[in-house]
Amino acid sequence: MSVIFWLISAITIAGALFAVILKNTVHCALALTVAFAGLALLFLGLDAQFAGFTEIMVYIGAVAILVVFAILLTRGSETPKDSVYSRFPVAGLVAAAGVFAVLGWAVLQSASTLPHAMQTPSATAKEIGYALVGRYVLPLEILALLLTVATIGAVIVALHEKEGK
Amino acid sequence: MTEALASYPETMTCCATLATRLLWIVPVAPMVAAGIIALLKQPYRKTAQILAIGSMVLSLAISLFAFSYTVGGWMQGITIRETVNFPWLHFGTTAVELGWILDPLAAVMLVMVSFVGLLIFIYSSGYMAHDENATRFFCFLALFAGAMLGLVISNSLLLLFMCWELMGLTSYLLIGFWYFKPSAAAAAKKAFLTTRVGDIFFLLGIVWLFAQTGTLLFYNNGAGSIEHSALALLLTQPAALGLSAATAIGLLLFAGAVGKSGQLPLHVWLPDAMEGPTPVSALIHAATMVAAGVYLIARVYPLMQAGALTGGTTTALTVVTWVGASTAVFAALIAVAQNDIKRILAYSTVSQLGYMMAGLGMGGVAIGMFHLITHAFFKALLFMGAGSVIHGCHEEQDIRKMGGLKADMPITFITYAAGMLALAGVIPFAGFWSKDGILEAAFTWKLSNVPFFMLVFGALLTAFYMTRQVSYVFFGYWRGHKTAHESPAVMTMPLVILALFAGILGFFGTPAWPWFRAFLEGHAAPFELSVLFEPELAILMGVSTLVVMVGIVAGWRIYGEKSPAASEPDALEKAMPGVWKFLSNRMYVDELYEVTFIRFYSWWGKVADVLDRRVWGGAVAAVMALTALLARINRFFDTTFVNGGFDKTCEELATSGGLLARVQSGRVQSYLRILAAAVVALAVILVWSSRP
Amino acid sequence: MTPLTAHLLVAALLFAIGLAGALTRRNAILVLIGIELMLNAANLNFIAFWRYSPHPEALTGMMFAIFSIAVAAAEAAVGLGLVIAIHRHLHSTDLDQMNRMKG
Repeated sequence: MSVIFWLISAITIAGALFAVILKNTVHCALALTVAFAGLALLFLGLDAQFAGFTEIMVYIGAVAILVVFAILLTRGSETPKDSVYSRFPVAGLVAAAGVFAVLGWAVLQSASTLPHAMQTPSATAKEIGYALVGRYVLPLEILALLLTVATIGAVIVALHEKEGK
Repeated sequence: MTEALASYPETMTCCATLATRLLWIVPVAPMVAAGIIALLKQPYRKTAQILAIGSMVLSLAISLFAFSYTVGGWMQGITIRETVNFPWLHFGTTAVELGWILDPLAAVMLVMVSFVGLLIFIYSSGYMAHDENATRFFCFLALFAGAMLGLVISNSLLLLFMCWELMGLTSYLLIGFWYFKPSAAAAAKKAFLTTRVGDIFFLLGIVWLFAQTGTLLFYNNGAGSIEHSALALLLTQPAALGLSAATAIGLLLFAGAVGKSGQLPLHVWLPDAMEGPTPVSALIHAATMVAAGVYLIARVYPLMQAGALTGGTTTALTVVTWVGASTAVFAALIAVAQNDIKRILAYSTVSQLGYMMAGLGMGGVAIGMFHLITHAFFKALLFMGAGSVIHGCHEEQDIRKMGGLKADMPITFITYAAGMLALAGVIPFAGFWSKDGILEAAFTWKLSNVPFFMLVFGALLTAFYMTRQVSYVFFGYWRGHKTAHESPAVMTMPLVILALFAGILGFFGTPAWPWFRAFLEGHAAPFELSVLFEPELAILMGVSTLVVMVGIVAGWRIYGEKSPAASEPDALEKAMPGVWKFLSNRMYVDELYEVTFIRFYSWWGKVADVLDRRVWGGAVAAVMALTALLARINRFFDTTFVNGGFDKTCEELATSGGLLARVQSGRVQSYLRILAAAVVALAVILVWSSRP
Repeated sequence: MTPLTAHLLVAALLFAIGLAGALTRRNAILVLIGIELMLNAANLNFIAFWRYSPHPEALTGMMFAIFSIAVAAAEAAVGLGLVIAIHRHLHSTDLDQMNRMKG
């Protein structure tokens, strides 16, 4: 494994870590963005260029912005008075640690049996496009529907209620 | 001429002819009339009278029909004995049967009872004219008549007993008819209880007979309880004291007769029974009910006759004779010293019943029954005459307050005199022939001749006290206050009819023409006047006539010639004050019973009461207390442990529920935590279980 | 340590971090951030497996990841809209105070 990989991984994990640790919510959002960026680089490193750029465009370009908007709209920029952690944070940590332990153990256990491809696959936009409208046309259409519904729904949910309703 | 033991011939026609088949109407008609009268209200006395008298007329008609049929059979030389039996109570494979019978004995008795009953019913409608409860009276009277007629025709000892008890009930109701008089109520109770004592033994006898022979029917084509095979069986069964079962049962049945017929020692109820209205005394306590005991003995005579003969007679019959003779003398002695007109007649009845029993014991069925039939007529006559006298003297009953009535009440006097002569036994009245038959049987009794002398003495006394009574009442001067008057025709007519019968009835049983005996025993009755002049018989007739004359003359000399004043003590009392006191107090028999039995019984009642209230009541109270205690303990357990435990448990459940509910905090993150942990656990389990 | 294993471990770590954040932070938006991290970790898994799969020309993993990204975007929009709506009612984004579903 190359150094680049470990570096990028470190950045990603650091970003994720800070995203959940920092007190100021806006800082958390920014750290999240760093994490997303790191992930995108990892995708690129895995020869999944389309996925990486999609990651950047959608997650960093939309989701992170949304998060920031939500934080700003809910006055999350103010420093909270109480602790940022909920009651009994240890329980959560323990649960997370347990999950990681299981997953890690599963991965390491089956390390020998995991596949190991040689050549670089080609995943050009053209091929992805063909796949999208060919084999995966149904999920595509459903996804379109879903996005429509989600957008409309989000708008309705977040809409100011009319006075006297 | 006399044979102490006669037996019935065995000629039996078993198929029931019309007369027998109609016979059930005879008792049922008066009972139905009683039932209808019971539903009537008080003012309907005329209807009640018509119903009662009508039913008796019907019964009389059918009785006469049956009688003529029986006589017709006798004239052809056949002894009719027809039965109609039916099973009544089934249990298991056996059944208790009831039934009725038509034979000469029953036929004669039927005619007597229904005829005398009818006359007394007619008499009652006059006697009870002013009584407001006349309807009730006729109801009871009709019921009684039905019961008596039922007893006469019954072929089953059980049916006889049922009618017996029914008669006891109606006797109680009629003696206590004027129930508002304490003396009447007490007398009714006394009658009922005293006869009850006899009835207990009677019932024992019935049960024993049923147990031994398996049937209570008298005649049942050879299978009856007093027919040959049953008697043979009974003779082989031993009872106590060396007696056979036949004798023992016979004595038990006789005990019932002792109670009902007022023999010594159960005679105490009969004089007190005079508290009832005079028609009641006439019918029940002279002619019919008290005769039922005699009739019973006559019915079960084969049973009494069965057994070892000692001195020519069985033990049972010996007992009957002695009891009868003793009663005859005993009651006659007491009658001499009584002052109530009805009481004299009552004791006279007791005495004459003693004669009947003695006659049965010594002479057989015909002798006893003949006296029963004649006595019924003239005693009913005497009682009804006494009733007429009482009615005419404005309800006065003490003979010392009467007198000289032969001028004021001539019809009553003549008929009463006829009855008195018949009772005393003056030839040629009926009483002479029937009593003479008994004296004859007593004279020839092989076992002893003491009864003969007792009966002769009794005849002397009878004549004496009757003369005394007649002298006091009809002769001399009037000792009362208001003038006496003759009774209305409805009352004197029956008297006349009965007086006629008292005169002529005797001729059916004279030695010259023994029709009655021949009829009952089923052989020819030759008319031989020469029999009367056989030396033995003639001497006997002469002796009895002499005795009677002595009695009458003595009575007349003492009471009739110089009529005593009302307040003066009796002549005999002056002569023998001690004896007189003893006799006029009825030989203190009632007082003896009071001191012994009654006192014992009331003591026993007190003991039973204490036992009941203290011992049993205490036991019950103890059980109650124990139960209450147990209930309290139970409640304590229930409240403390059960309730407490239950409540505690519920509290615990609620608390734990509350505790568990805290898991549902409503906070999403805790849910998520639990989810994550669960997934981890699940994954571990899956991996672990899939390891080889 | 093959590259695949490394990638998988990184993804697992990312997932754990995201889970920890979702389970421990008080602010609702940070819970959503945690969820986004988890989704991304899953995406990384998909891509890694696709890259080192025997038939990468089937593009299965890639398509899955693309679709996942799209769906995650939609879900983020709706979720944040919800948070804003809740904030309007409760005037706070504190998850500890949102316990109306308490049993």
